[in-house]
Amino acid sequence: MKSSTVREALRDAMAEEMRRDPDVFVMGEEVAEYQGAYKITQGLLDEFSAKRVIDTPITEHGFAGLGVGAAMAGLKPIVEFMTFNFAMQAIDQIINSAAKTLYMSGGQMGAPIVFRGPNGAAARVGAQHSQDYASWYAHVPGLKVIQPYSAADAKGLLKAAIRDPNPVIFLENEILYGHSFEVPDMDDFVLPIGKAKVERGGTDVTLVSWGIGMTYTMKAAEELAGMGISAEVINLRTIRPLDIDTVLASVRKTGRIVTIEEAFPMCSVSSEIAYQVQEKAFDYLDAPILRVTGKDVPMPYAANLEKLALPNVGEVIDAVKAVTYTA
Amino acid sequence: MPINITMPALSPTMEEGNLAKWLVKEGDQVSAGDVIAEIETDKATMEVEAVDEGTVGKIVVPAGTAGVKVNELIAVLLEDGEDASAIDTSGGSAPAEKSGGDKVPAVPESSSAIEVGAKAATDPVPAPKNADGDRIFSSPLARRLAKLNGLDLKALSGSGPHGRIVKRDIEEALAAGTGKAAPAAAEAPKAAAAASAPAAGPSADQVLKLFDKDSYELVPHDGMRKTIAKRLTESKQTIPHFYVSVDCELDALLALRTQLNDAAAKDKEGKPAYKLSVNDMTIKALALALRDVPNANVSWTDENMVMHKHADVGVAVSIPGGLITPIIRRAEEKPLSVISNEMKDYGKRAKERKLKPEEYQGGTTAVSNMGMMGVKNFSAVVNPPHATILAVGAGEKRPVVKNGELAVATVMSVTLSTDHRCVDGALGAELLAAFKGYIENPMSMLV
Repeated sequence: MKSSTVREALRDAMAEEMRRDPDVFVMGEEVAEYQGAYKITQGLLDEFSAKRVIDTPITEHGFAGLGVGAAMAGLKPIVEFMTFNFAMQAIDQIINSAAKTLYMSGGQMGAPIVFRGPNGAAARVGAQHSQDYASWYAHVPGLKVIQPYSAADAKGLLKAAIRDPNPVIFLENEILYGHSFEVPDMDDFVLPIGKAKVERGGTDVTLVSWGIGMTYTMKAAEELAGMGISAEVINLRTIRPLDIDTVLASVRKTGRIVTIEEAFPMCSVSSEIAYQVQEKAFDYLDAPILRVTGKDVPMPYAANLEKLALPNVGEVIDAVKAVTYTA
Repeated sequence: MPINITMPALSPTMEEGNLAKWLVKEGDQVSAGDVIAEIETDKATMEVEAVDEGTVGKIVVPAGTAGVKVNELIAVLLEDGEDASAIDTSGGSAPAEKSGGDKVPAVPESSSAIEVGAKAATDPVPAPKNADGDRIFSSPLARRLAKLNGLDLKALSGSGPHGRIVKRDIEEALAAGTGKAAPAAAEAPKAAAAASAPAAGPSADQVLKLFDKDSYELVPHDGMRKTIAKRLTESKQTIPHFYVSVDCELDALLALRTQLNDAAAKDKEGKPAYKLSVNDMTIKALALALRDVPNANVSWTDENMVMHKHADVGVAVSIPGGLITPIIRRAEEKPLSVISNEMKDYGKRAKERKLKPEEYQGGTTAVSNMGMMGVKNFSAVVNPPHATILAVGAGEKRPVVKNGELAVATVMSVTLSTDHRCVDGALGAELLAAFKGYIENPMSMLV
């Protein structure tokens, strides 16, 4: 194992895949000369040249479409969005062009492409630049949606995403970029898409989270242990396909589940998990399924309100106390 | 801590009652023993006394509410130094439907991060049963565990929000060895449910559509009417009735009655110490007959014959809106004058609906006398746990044949209804013969 930031892990994943497969290339705003708006593509231009590390104009709809076309033609593009908020310009290309092509061509043509970039709230960037798109993309057949938490998730799953023959939405988080985690030190570390990870074993309650939601969840689990409540933490890693089996196995053990995410509550990934759990593990539930989410409001700009609009560790603990009847 | 006042069980069989009247209002001071409310039970109106002192903080169930379950929160009493804000915490245990919904922690809207549908989890008091009756809240897991372990959820109390039974409660019951589903206990509520539903007949809609819309008015049933319907339906459906009739000559009894009444001591105002009625003497005669034929002084249970040691004679008293059956206990031991005075007191209080449950519950037999209304003969419905009931007709002059010649006598026809499970025909006949013996030789009642 070696310590790595999420930022480095993402860069290493792309570099390894570009070395491995000449069809892989990166395009996006500031990915080449500037070394990435968030320095994710640092060093790639030097190693792989401007032919495979391409700066684009500020035109998401245009370069996303270019990427999809390249994928259809046989290349394996990695399209970086400076943030996924800007990908709303390109969502027609992502959904109508990338996600549906394999189906509409009767399997004759697909789009092996990765759309990646930071997603969700950063800090003080206001309502338009603080949105979590996990449930938007997870809604669409033909897409795979990954939301990594740790550096190991980021590296292993980005490599898998690049190799996957389908369009993959890879939702990173600006705040997590600088976090350091242990990453397996091996030549070719690839994680399977669609497999959740039990980050922490427990018996009293199942906590399910993913991406930055995991930061609140892990802290809450630690504090809950001090209160004598043993929480099992599942890091979902992939949103679509959803590894519901891992969640169900845990719920059958604990009888209670709380989901944690930064996105809005309505029609959220939490909603889907709650639905599937009540359908498939109804007789094992000892309490209502609770979710801790971002508040149902556009993200405020004011720092104090922004803080209130996001979930926090206290809310996770309150929810756990409610479902374990220890409040 | 505010003190919760709950619906009291005024008799062992009481499941719900009507909160007829509040005698206090919010803000009133009460001391232990003060009458705070009147509650209408199956048949009587009872007073509820405060058991603690304090200030009435909140009346949760308003006066005139029907069908309030036993143990449901009806009011909150504040102790010294507490003000109404203290109710917020205890008031949460009130069923939301009944308390008007105020002060009940609201479920956070979706704009909240935590959708804690169970925000009232701090509620330490198991909430009373929900207003819709038998609904027991339990988690799916608790239900499954209870089934696996043969536990009866009805026997458990839930520690979760709104009394929800959760896994923890099942585990505690298993550890304590409580809550096992007794087959009989499980059956009982079903039987009760069946019995309380005499409407197995046509529905209200089916009945009403047979009449023009403006040709009637609807009067809601009171507790007494419901109890009569329930108990008599149960009786006719579960008790195999059998009837025995006999004519009794009354002339000797009427003569003795006149003699005894004339001999009654009078107080200063000239009021006699007693005034015997034919009915009083009928009660006594039936009680003595049961003493003489003890096998007929019984009650049926599935396991045993209950052999009663005394004749407790219920007497059907017609009152506005129904009837009630106060009981003359140990009537075989009581002098006629005592029986007579007890009946006067019962009759008066029955009409005011002030009888206490212990005065009208139980008994080993009953008398229903419609003689004063000129009825010649009728048969009555056995009122369990009784095994018999005697229907008494009017004493009237009839032609009778005596020693082969026609004569005139005052004759009263009586019909004994018996529960054939415990009083067979011959036994019923034996009892009636003994009764007739006392009526026709009334002096034997005095010795």
